[in-house]
Amino acid sequence: MIDFINLYFLPGLVLGSIYALGAMGVSLLFGILRFAHFAHGDLMSFGAYIALSMVGIFHVSPFFAIPASIVGSSLLAILIDKICYKPFRKSQTVVLVISSLGVSLMLRSLIQLTWGVSLEVYEVGVIKDPITFGGNFRISENHIIIILGTLSLIYLTHIFLAKTKLGKAMRAMSDDQDLALITGINTERAIQATWIVGGSLAAVAGVFLGSDTQLNPRMGWDQLLPLFASAILGGIGRPYGAIAGAMVIGIAEEISSFPFFGTEPLLSPAYKTGVAFFIMVIMLIVRPTGLFKGRSF
Amino acid sequence: MDTLYGWMMYILSLLTVGGIYAIMGLGLNLQWGITGLFNIGVAGFFAVGGYASAIATTKLSPNHLGGFDLPFFAGIIFSMFFSGLMAAIIGKICLRLRGDYLAIATIGLAEILRLILKNEVWLTNGPRGIPGIPRPFENLGQPWAEICYLLIILIILAIIYYGFEKAINSPWGRIMKAIRENEEAASSTGKNVENLRLETFIIGSVFMGLGGALLTHSMKYIGPTASDPLITTFLLWVMLIVGGSGNNKGAILGAFIIWTVWSASELLSGILSYEWINRLSYFRIFIIGFILQVILQNRPQGLIPEKT
Repeated sequence: MIDFINLYFLPGLVLGSIYALGAMGVSLLFGILRFAHFAHGDLMSFGAYIALSMVGIFHVSPFFAIPASIVGSSLLAILIDKICYKPFRKSQTVVLVISSLGVSLMLRSLIQLTWGVSLEVYEVGVIKDPITFGGNFRISENHIIIILGTLSLIYLTHIFLAKTKLGKAMRAMSDDQDLALITGINTERAIQATWIVGGSLAAVAGVFLGSDTQLNPRMGWDQLLPLFASAILGGIGRPYGAIAGAMVIGIAEEISSFPFFGTEPLLSPAYKTGVAFFIMVIMLIVRPTGLFKGRSF
Repeated sequence: MDTLYGWMMYILSLLTVGGIYAIMGLGLNLQWGITGLFNIGVAGFFAVGGYASAIATTKLSPNHLGGFDLPFFAGIIFSMFFSGLMAAIIGKICLRLRGDYLAIATIGLAEILRLILKNEVWLTNGPRGIPGIPRPFENLGQPWAEICYLLIILIILAIIYYGFEKAINSPWGRIMKAIRENEEAASSTGKNVENLRLETFIIGSVFMGLGGALLTHSMKYIGPTASDPLITTFLLWVMLIVGGSGNNKGAILGAFIIWTVWSASELLSGILSYEWINRLSYFRIFIIGFILQVILQNRPQGLIPEKT
């Protein structure tokens, strides 16, 4: 039982936290710009690699490099929006999806050109002992930072969406674009704010992911399916729903390889991604609006 | 003389692979250009076709299922059958989803298929892949083997083009376009939209599987590392958009143009240092992405627009 918590449930919680940060952005963007942003994973990778450069230059923990990653990924997101998405605001959403798929591959190739293609880690050869509670409940320092960091970012995002004028404008746009426009909301500014929020959350998710495992140019793309699955599960345009969706997906992915029956893993760890996808497809068929009544297109 | 011969072989391979992409492009054009189905799981069907034909035509091997030592012709029939079967199953589940959702679902399925082909060693020999896949006429020796294979590809391409042109200009093709433009109106004329969409999804995917098989026989090897599935899918989409979706001639033209741009970087390998060749291979996906942006923003109808 304690193995189940230490080796499956807790890593699931950590993975769920990372997914939650990415999926909130995907859900917000889906709600406000009305398209599935296929380059979101690569914004995560970009944030992670900026932190890698900072770690290399200043020899700090990657967590102290997070501000630089946030600035980098947000600026990049705004720039990409200006060049590659803004011309298609009035087009069919499909065009935006194709454009973002192109952006995703272009970003990855830029990362490969700038930072190379080999696996990288933030800190070489540092293995810290996990912190032990009550005898056999163990959790590593990294995991504590990731879970607490995610909680505080969720809180900050909540304050921003609920209390600030810009946040309210974003929610209004997500609910009804035309109504928001005639009430005098500056939609372009709200869109920019969405990119800053989405880009920042993605950057932190990237750094967390990199510190939990390692960095490679594909790292963000490989998270895309779970991110979409979380956003759909929580209901499109419902960032809080996306958090719940992400936790379900993250924990389901990790505990799917727990040996529930006998000693063999229930599902080979190689098929982890398949779990997210399976949950998503079932959800799309049974209840396309998600758990929390999001939008369905 | 040697350089001339080298160039000829290079152009032969350019036309062969370009022709294979053109065949898949016609399939994608039927799905997206004509019916409006947003399939970005191309690589999944491509891989199923490739593996089906590889397993059918290789000699018996302890490393993977089969092989069954069947002739090339049987191999491509198998590839078309299995990719069509997969399309039927996936289509039944996913075609009720619209636009973005269909895209997410198809790309997810392609990713899962990639995991299966990589991990199920009994079936596909896992990461090591399947070598020694026969190619028709290969005992003729260079360059006649390559020329004959190119001819096979071009003949298949011509037949499919002819068939698609007929189909698109038939009542069947018109109802497909009607579904793309306005699904509700199309269904109000008493057509079973669901079944018609499934039909095009299956037919289009069959030719993506065929493309996978033809490329596998051309390279004589298939494995999970042979090509990045996402890049195959992306290239095919860019080909269709650049050429002009909705127009079969556009799909073919786009395939040859983009494949030429894509593989032109290989020509530079003689000039550049090793370090730069390596970098260039990552940069060329950036170039393709850039071309896509330029076309989408300046000429969204593509080089040869759809006939109206």
